[in-house]
Amino acid sequence: MPDIPRPLPAPTPETQEFFDGLQRRELRIQRCNACGRGYFYPRPFCPRPGCHSRDVAWITASGRGSLYSYVIAHRGHPAFEAPYVIAVVELEEGGRMMTNIAGLDEPTPEALPAGAPVEVVYEEQPGGQVLPAFRLTSAAGEGAA
Amino acid sequence: MADSSALRHKVAIVGAAETTDLGVLPDHSVLQLHAESAFNALDDAGLTLDDIDGIATAGVSVAQLTEYLGILPRWIDGTAVGGGSFLIHVGHAVAAIAAGYCDTVLITHGESGRSRVGAAAPARSPSQPPGQFEAPYGVAGPPTMFSVPIVRHMQQYGTTEEQLAAVSVATRQWAERNPRAMMRDPITVQDVLDSRLIAWPLHLLNCCLVTDGGGALILTSEERAKDFPKPPVYVLGRGEAAQHVNISQMWDFAEWTAAAQVTGPEAFRMAGLGHADIDHLMLYDAFSHTPIYAMEALGFVAPGEGGPWFAEMHSAPGGSLPVNTNGGGLSYTHTGMYGMFAIQEAVRQLRGEAAAQLPNVHTSLVHAPGGMFSATATLILGNE
Repeated sequence: MPDIPRPLPAPTPETQEFFDGLQRRELRIQRCNACGRGYFYPRPFCPRPGCHSRDVAWITASGRGSLYSYVIAHRGHPAFEAPYVIAVVELEEGGRMMTNIAGLDEPTPEALPAGAPVEVVYEEQPGGQVLPAFRLTSAAGEGAA
Repeated sequence: MADSSALRHKVAIVGAAETTDLGVLPDHSVLQLHAESAFNALDDAGLTLDDIDGIATAGVSVAQLTEYLGILPRWIDGTAVGGGSFLIHVGHAVAAIAAGYCDTVLITHGESGRSRVGAAAPARSPSQPPGQFEAPYGVAGPPTMFSVPIVRHMQQYGTTEEQLAAVSVATRQWAERNPRAMMRDPITVQDVLDSRLIAWPLHLLNCCLVTDGGGALILTSEERAKDFPKPPVYVLGRGEAAQHVNISQMWDFAEWTAAAQVTGPEAFRMAGLGHADIDHLMLYDAFSHTPIYAMEALGFVAPGEGGPWFAEMHSAPGGSLPVNTNGGGLSYTHTGMYGMFAIQEAVRQLRGEAAAQLPNVHTSLVHAPGGMFSATATLILGNE
């Protein structure tokens, strides 16, 4: 891996719980008590059109989801070794998040069908901050991050 | 329901020009690109800076621009939502002129996208949403953000890499006819597929250019518009919307929702026109997929038919509905906020002064994203 650290996130009061959860290896997201669906990223109201309720609660997500879309980046990034996958995962509880796909030796389109089931893994960064990545569920047990 | 049809045809573009040169201009700062565009457009309209009483721009602050130009406008608009901002400025200028806020609006664009002379450093805070939720995962500029939805479109509709490549090929065919276009050598679908991978499914030739340049527009009321040297180009319809900043938060990765639900219907309703009335399209092509999404969202083809439509070369010279006749952001120029150049080519076609001039053009639809499908703008222009 390149030894330059990634651009690391700086939480705000509204998102702190998500990042604190990652340190505990928990995927903390919010669910709307009005429409019943999870959403991401954190804020103290439901962003879903037609709802916008302020009655929301933190939950611990299952960490399961599906691969909604992605690119395989082939250009260099100081903190990533190309090729690497920039993915958007749709969480089982609802909500979409950008992430990376871990556990692939050589990412190819054939190995990454849209809609494939994925599950969260936790990647500790230099300095100790933990960020989520996802791996294909079918690959569970192989090459854990 | 909001209805802007009373403003149809009330305001016209009476001056339009780009910087004298486009491409690699290391001897121009960003502000001078704005100024050169402004002077060229003023010359085109037979006006001076002292005739301008309204100004709009993006990329630099309006205040910085007024200082540099030495003017004191009574109406300003600094809407800055990326490449489509200038289309939105046109729509705002229509309302401002019709409301009597000002008489003569100057809209400028200048960007040293390639040479970066006098350009602001891109700054992202790690505590803003992009810094918290996207930057940590290795996004590195538009090629790895704007591209993220494409796989969903491929999965849902069977859109192929060959179809994406066809957009680049058709657009290059227009550029071959335009001496001002930066890239003019013919290319094939295979050339696109063989060009190096940037962010699969995008290859190098699926990506827009990175250039220096600028452009400016001058607008005034319908009553005054006939007194200028060039034939007026009327603003018939406009629409604008904003939805997200982070590409992961785009509502639907297979559909350009803002265009389908807001800007397209609004522009057509204001113009009182239907799809069959549109002679020419300028669809902002930051990458090969953006025109495909635009064709579908605007309703020129059904969802999922955009890829096949471009592959059948309907947009190319000789095709049924010409698209991006200057050569587009893919082959003509792309400073970073290309929307201004899309408007410029629509004006040239409607005036009859385009390099690849089409016969019998009476209407042109210009459509652009700002950011990563983040904001959206549509304009319908006409010459009658």
